[in-house]
This record gives sequence, C-alpha cells and structure tokens, in this order.
Amino acid sequence: MEEKELVIIGAGPAGLCAAIEARKKNIDVLIIDENIKPGGQLFKQIHRFFGSKQHMAGIRGITIGEKLLEEVEKLQANVWLDSTAYGIFGNRIAGVIKSRKKNVTVKAKAILIAAGAVENPISFEGWTLPGVMGAGACQTMINIHRVLPGKKALMIGAGNVGLIVAYQMLQAGIEVKAVIEIMPKINGYMVHAAKIKRFGVPIFLSTTILEASGKNEVEAAVICPVDQDYKPILKRTKSLDVDLICIAAGLQPLNELLCQAGCQFTYKPYLGGNVALHNENMETTIDGIFVAGDCSGIEEASTAMEEGKLAGIAIAEKIRKRKWDDEKLEVRNRLNDFRIGTFGEKRKISKMEIEKEYYEKVKN
Amino acid sequence: MKKNDLRIYDHPILGKLPEKKRVSIYFNGRKLIAYEGEMIAAALYANGIRALRKTEKFKQTRGIFCAIGRCTDCVMTVGGIPNIRTCVTPVRNGMKVESQKGRGRWKKKNW
Amino acid sequence: MKKLRIDETLYIKTPGFLSEQRIRKGPVAIIECTQDIPCNPCETICPRKAIKIGLPITNPPEIDEAKCSGCGLCVLWCPGLAIFVLNYNFDKIRASLTIPYEMLPLPGKNEKIKCLDRNGKYVCKGKIEKVTPPKKNSRTSLITFSFQKKYFNTVRGFKK
Repeated sequence: MEEKELVIIGAGPAGLCAAIEARKKNIDVLIIDENIKPGGQLFKQIHRFFGSKQHMAGIRGITIGEKLLEEVEKLQANVWLDSTAYGIFGNRIAGVIKSRKKNVTVKAKAILIAAGAVENPISFEGWTLPGVMGAGACQTMINIHRVLPGKKALMIGAGNVGLIVAYQMLQAGIEVKAVIEIMPKINGYMVHAAKIKRFGVPIFLSTTILEASGKNEVEAAVICPVDQDYKPILKRTKSLDVDLICIAAGLQPLNELLCQAGCQFTYKPYLGGNVALHNENMETTIDGIFVAGDCSGIEEASTAMEEGKLAGIAIAEKIRKRKWDDEKLEVRNRLNDFRIGTFGEKRKISKMEIEKEYYEKVKN
Repeated sequence: MKKNDLRIYDHPILGKLPEKKRVSIYFNGRKLIAYEGEMIAAALYANGIRALRKTEKFKQTRGIFCAIGRCTDCVMTVGGIPNIRTCVTPVRNGMKVESQKGRGRWKKKNW
Repeated sequence: MKKLRIDETLYIKTPGFLSEQRIRKGPVAIIECTQDIPCNPCETICPRKAIKIGLPITNPPEIDEAKCSGCGLCVLWCPGLAIFVLNYNFDKIRASLTIPYEMLPLPGKNEKIKCLDRNGKYVCKGKIEKVTPPKKNSRTSLITFSFQKKYFNTVRGFKK
C-alpha cells in the first residue's frame, strides 16, 4: 500500500485547483485521473468564460486549462493518468488500477473526490441510434478529437450547454437545423441564444422530439410542439433532415465513489440531483473525505475551480493543524460573487441548505 | 474533403489540425487510417463509421453517446478482448477492432 | 411552432441602450446584454471607463455616452459576444457595424455580403470594410461592414 497525504480523484478544474493550493502549502499530493490527459472537460470549453478578472473572465477554457497544468507541473504534484480510482474503502483508502495494469491501494490523510458529472439522457423513440449523443459528447468529438459526429444537427435543450454547443457546432462546420426547447422560454442566457440566432439557427420553444428515425443510424428527427401540459400536439409534427441529434438535458454529479465512501446525500434539483452533504470546507459527512466541483453540485467551471481551491486550503488546514482563514474567505467571496442573479441565486440557496443539513446530520 | 473524411482540418478557435503520424487499424478486417494517439471511436467516426456494435436481444446498432468513458455504449472487441470502451482507448498501429455482438466473446489474445 | 424572436424591443429598457442622438454622433459601443449575468470584463477592459457595472457584478452594463469613443476593445473581450461598435457616420449614406467573428472562412475586404438581423434574416446588401484577424491568444476576429444607414438598429450580422 502506498501512502500519501492527499489523494485527489479527478484532474479537472476542481481537482487541479485543489492540488495547486495544497502543494503551495507543501502537502504531498497525488492526483488520479482516468483519462490520458489531465484537464477534465476544460479543454473542450473553447468559449470565453463569464465572471470578473479574479475568475479569469474573458479567457477561454482551453487557455485556463493550459495555465492550470503549467502550475501543477511547476509545483510538482504527482499525477497518475490513465488510472481508474474504482473504490474508496474504510479509513481513506483508495483502490486504483494504475495505468490500466496494476491494482494499487493508496492510503491518505484526506481524499478529495472531484470526479465531475455525467450528462442526463432523455429517451424517445430511436434515441439509442448512433448519431444521438450528449451535447457534451458532441463537444468532445469536435473540439478534442476534431471529428464531425454528423453534418446536420438538431440540438435538444436551450439551456446554456445546448446554446453554447450549438454555436460550437457552427464553428466546427456543422449545419445546425434547429434548437428545440420544451419549456415556453429558454433557460440559458439570452446572449448565447443571440449568438446562434444571428446565424439564422431557429430556436423552437414549447417543442419536443418525438422520434429519431433511421435504419442503423440517425437519418431524420421528428419534432412536435407541446401544449401547456407539455403534451405533444401530434397533428403538428415536423420532420427535420438531420444525421446528428444532441441532447442537452442537464448533468448530474458522479456520485459512485462518494456513495461507496458512505457519504450522506440530499436531493437538490438546482444542483443536478443527489448531492453529497458537505460543509463550508467542502468536507463530506465522512471524516477526511472532501468533495468539489460538479461532484458537489452542478455549476460551472469557474465555481469548480474556486471550490477546488477552497477544498485544497481546507485539507491543508486539517493535515497541518493550522488555519488559513483569510485565504478561505477570499475564495468564498469569489464564490459568492458568482452565485448571484437569477441564475446563481438558486444554486447559492441550495448550497446553504446543504451546509445546514450537513450540520444536522453530523451533530446527530 | 474526401468522402467519409470527417476530420475538422481547420477551426476558427483551435487552428489547423496538427500533423500527426498515421497508423493503420482494422475495422472488421477493413484497413483504416487513424492518427497516432487518438481514440478508437474517434478514428472510426472520422472514417464515417458510426454503428459500433449490436445489442444482444434486439440486434440494434449503437454508437458514441457520452464520449468520455461513462456510458459504455461504444464498447467493441479490441484485439480479441470484448467490452473495450473505444471512446477512451487510444489506437495502436495494427490494432484489430471488431463490432461487438451482444456481450461479446473473448478471443485469443493478439494485441 | 413557436420560435424565439430577438429584436430591439428587448434592449430598449436596458442601461446599455443608447440615445439616437449619441448614435448619430459617431462610433459607439452597442451593448446587447440584458440579464443579470455575473460578468464584467467589458468594464475592466475599457480604457476610458465608459462602461459601468459596479457591484454586484450581475448589474447590467451601463454606458457613458460621452466617454465611449467606439474603440472596440470591449467587443473583443465580451464573453457573450454581445457588444458591437456602430458608426452611424461611416459615410454619407452608410453606417458601419463592427462585430466579433469566430467562424471560418474569414471574409475578404470589399467583399459583398448579405446583412442579417438579430434572427439571421436578410435585411439588405452590405460590404466588408475591414477585417482584423485574431491576435495571438484572443482567437476572435473583428469584422467591420457597411450598409444603408436606416438599418442601423436592425443589422447585427452577415452572411456571404
């Protein structure tokens, strides 16, 4: 068995930021990631991020990813890539298949689970056909692998992910035939909608998909308006000539490892579903198991980075038995800056509820 | 652009596709060109192949769904080993990739 | 099917909306950002401090008509691609619009184009006046194109 002070599972924005903060405080850090390259989903975010200067606003996700990797390297954090953390066992032991070959167990003083999220599917006739995929999956194909998964597309869902990925599909050279949204209004930012509207992409509201048709692959999509009760108005169906259908129906936290570690959960719809209870230091109901990023509730890459920093500092405090209250306050202020407005407020309230529920559980 | 060549050679944000060494892989015995280090599923999609496997009961086709190794919809038999997640497994020169039927079958190891 | 439509009525009541008097004076930034998004690079980058957001950073951007010179720096930095520079006095009969552009291929100077409204619908003919290719890290190009003055409030994009 190997021994480390801090094991971080997931080398995405949250995990990398936590590693940087912990390394700055000279904590012995090991980052484990299943992928061949670190960065998580940052490198497919080719758009500029919102926020303020402190949040690196106006900078593209890819550029932020490069900066984080540089810093991790400079601070000499240990990284195991192509390695899967398959389990968390009692007393903070992580089971890892290292480099897809060797089973290694690592004992740690603290484990940070920053495994990210998974896209929600929606099911409809033909949804399993090749050519139906998650919006994030399409983003991976075009921005990471540089391969077109189709040439003519339909996007389902006009939240920020749907709108941003639709724009990125245009950038990659895919013809976006339509974006459809079952709600009577879009859920994403109007500026993202305006970006694709200017290129003539129609956004159909109160509209759903009935069917993806095709023999072995997607050859067309059948869409249809819905009434006030979200029931399809079948006599007004319309067929679209598409070979790609992307689903942007939100994300949910990847909870397997947290579950296995014995963490307690709570259901928070604005944060993507079941979320591990955690306190203001990102520690879960299991002593020494921390959580950050989308894993602690679906938000954005910018908040994931701040949560990672917060967890990194808090973990260093726990291990070194010291206090860095000022640094934590700075991070919390930046997090609060981001959790305001119509879009952020609900997430902020959910986060506060989580903290409250955590203390109710931990006290008892 | 060649027919069935679905690579994005130029991109407004990402720039030109970097030159990479080409390798050969075999899809159901058919030779295809792939880029060194890229994922098997990406190489297949680049060659216009999207139906990667067939399901056990209803023999339906499946392709990439999540592209990040979570959903296992893209599993194929690679080098005789079934259920390999092709969206997160890189190609190797001479690799034999076969569309899997159902849960697949272990073959003699020949990677 | 019910389509989302975006037009100028959406922007009239925002603090970023300019008086027609100011527009007629010359180059100025048009900010089409209406929601409380936590975002302020336009305020940070403006060398003349003509854009004000303040605290909280979800405030919609407010533009100081007197201070803005229409330099276009905010156009490059807006993550929402929601800022344009309008020059009503491009010449006697035409106005020009500078927009952020992140598509390929880039148009060429003097190229004839079709000007589009906020919904991508054809409005009038136009001409590319200036193409500023992206600087190193930015990857956003600036395109300036001209069209008949009367469409200054309608035209927001183009196609070849």
